[in-house]
Amino acid sequence: MKSFVFPEFQIIRDEEKCGQCRGCERQCAFGTHTYDPVADRLVSDEYKCSGCQRCVIFCPKDAIVVRPSPSSYRPNASWSREKIEDLKRQAETGGVLLTGCGSDKPFRIYWDHIVLNASQVTNPSIDPLREPMELRTFLGAKPDMMEISAEDGDVQIKTELSPNLMVETPILFSAMSYGAISYNAFRSLATAACKSGTYFNTGEGGLPREMRDEFGKCAIVQVASGRFGIDAEYLNCAQAVEIKVGQGAKPGIGGHLPGEKVSQAVAETRMIPMGTDAISPAPHHDIYSIEDLSMLIYALKEATNYEKPISVKIAAVHNFAAIASGIVRAGADIIAIDGLRGGTGAAPKAIRDNVGIPTELAISSLDRRLRNEGIRNRCSIIAAGGIRCSSDVIKAIALGADAVYIGSAALIAMGCTLCQKCYTGKCNWGICTQDPRLSGRLNVEIASQRLSNLISAWSHEIAEMLGGMGINALESLRGNRDHLRGVGLYEWELDVLGIKGAGE
Amino acid sequence: MARAVLSESSLEVKQDNQNIEGLEIDATDLGTKELNDQLRDLMLSGAKKVSIRNVCGQRYIGTRLYTPEHLEMEIEIFGTPGNDLAAFLYGHKITVHGNAQDGVGNTMDAGKVVVEGRAGDVLGFSMRGGEIYVRDNCGYRTALHMKEYEGKRPVLVVGGRSQDFLGEYMAGGIVIVLDLQDLAHEANFIGTGMHGGVIYLRGSVKQSQVGGQVDISPIDEFNREVLDQYVSRFLERFPEIGKSKEEILRSQFVRLTPKSKRPYGNLYAY
Repeated sequence: MKSFVFPEFQIIRDEEKCGQCRGCERQCAFGTHTYDPVADRLVSDEYKCSGCQRCVIFCPKDAIVVRPSPSSYRPNASWSREKIEDLKRQAETGGVLLTGCGSDKPFRIYWDHIVLNASQVTNPSIDPLREPMELRTFLGAKPDMMEISAEDGDVQIKTELSPNLMVETPILFSAMSYGAISYNAFRSLATAACKSGTYFNTGEGGLPREMRDEFGKCAIVQVASGRFGIDAEYLNCAQAVEIKVGQGAKPGIGGHLPGEKVSQAVAETRMIPMGTDAISPAPHHDIYSIEDLSMLIYALKEATNYEKPISVKIAAVHNFAAIASGIVRAGADIIAIDGLRGGTGAAPKAIRDNVGIPTELAISSLDRRLRNEGIRNRCSIIAAGGIRCSSDVIKAIALGADAVYIGSAALIAMGCTLCQKCYTGKCNWGICTQDPRLSGRLNVEIASQRLSNLISAWSHEIAEMLGGMGINALESLRGNRDHLRGVGLYEWELDVLGIKGAGE
Repeated sequence: MARAVLSESSLEVKQDNQNIEGLEIDATDLGTKELNDQLRDLMLSGAKKVSIRNVCGQRYIGTRLYTPEHLEMEIEIFGTPGNDLAAFLYGHKITVHGNAQDGVGNTMDAGKVVVEGRAGDVLGFSMRGGEIYVRDNCGYRTALHMKEYEGKRPVLVVGGRSQDFLGEYMAGGIVIVLDLQDLAHEANFIGTGMHGGVIYLRGSVKQSQVGGQVDISPIDEFNREVLDQYVSRFLERFPEIGKSKEEILRSQFVRLTPKSKRPYGNLYAY
């Protein structure tokens, strides 16, 4: 059937600059560029282009420009080009529209409407280059009260403490499974996490056995509805276990890792036969209530000898704060909330772009709810979904989060350009693919260095901003909304965020 | 306190590693954590066989028995263990002299569980290895998302019948439901979303009872050998059933297998 959809991108090749080196042809796994030996020139099939910019960056002559196709239907406020083309695609295939990465829709980005405070004259600011700044964070349950005994100057803590995760900076790598991303990308995240004193999250695809000894010490392992790759060793080699209930990009639905991505190594790690679909059902079929969730939380505490904090990750949806309160009471040590703009390797577009609420609002309502109920100390909050820079991190913390998960940001550090074609398995950047020819393009040493650089740069910026506010420990900023003001927000938005308008 | 006392006795045990059969825990008034504390202490002190008496609803028995050295133990349970018995089990053999509740063998990796009675819902959920034998009936969502992997192939044999959603999303393993009382299978939605593994039902099943992703076929010679092997093991554990293997194997069996390893391959527009 002839497709009635425009090419998404226009490829402009400067024939004067092009040296016919065929580099672009080799770079593109979608087969966009081919060499015509008769004409001795390269031709490009725009229909195949994903807009990932790989050929542009690797063209030694800078001869290629790829930009959104300027072709346009008659402008129509209701029927945008995207709406028309999505509809055509479905008319042509009868299928569910798949997409990758976080939602690109223009929902209000609250980070960009919140401004931070700084010290002037009174309460002088602190120079982080001269003075110690504490970014170290402990994630997990804190006791309601601490009993100590002091005998002859020897002070002992009598209260039994819950296990906590110590992070050097409040930025953790979000769950991205081996299988969704390539081995090299996965290993780069693990390497960078260990190097930067933080943690990576295995996602639900297991942790390759050969990585357990070396990287278990900076791993959070996930238990999701598919229960892939889980055995007692997997749970015990890590520092924390996360039960994945939901994901910001696709709240309420499961996932299918298509059989073609289940290579021998992925199959071994997930502990399933090669080539089968790895199906994660929408719910955990042993969890239909808070009581059931509590049962799994304690099963995992038992399985890890009460030595590791248990996290529960949920998507931020309408009534999630009440549910989160139940999750804390069910025994979770950490709650991870993933907002509307959270990324994914594959999600139905209708779900990604229409389900869930923005992270910023979610953090604030969750923090407030738990405080009001007097149980905020019983869990830590990790916020995820749309964290793009250090100021987003610091705003998240001032709104009440203990730390953040970064997913898309980490991938971008490794080379991702958010082309949203992750689900094709043909990622030219070697990130979201199981094709060894493509994944080999991602050098673990370089990619992990880029990730570590990012963490270090953001940490410096966070320290600077903290110092500017006259604060020398991140702890003092947590939930400290007085340091935030809103610009261009409605009253209800300020109320949900719990912040004043600028100038107030 | 109970734990401290027990630890001392376990130290003695350690010195006399040869003679550690017949250790007992009295579970009366013990909470889940206390019971599992004691069980773990005994395993670490070298116990190979432990009986737990007066069990009444304590959960996760067997779950906390993972050690990097893969120590193994035999556990006899008298009474009714609570939910998630043998969850994440990594080796070990557990026998329940009584009924079990929900979640037996949840995400179990290896080992054996024998229930001399009935089991509740979500039996063998996401189980990836080991064997479970249940003498009587089991509840809803049995063998849901059971998996297999290389040499690991979980086996679940149920003497009675299962309720609805048996083998939903099943991705591997062998499930045998014997209906020894000849009451006929009444479960619906059997094998919905199934994409691996095999279910053998003694007797027959209507097309309307199974999910759209399932093929129903008669058993062949190879299947008979599989059944022979596991029905033998089942009967060894439950001599009280009083039926011979031949008698059971002579009956009609049907075999349920997935139509495809990729039930949802064509769902998407690319």
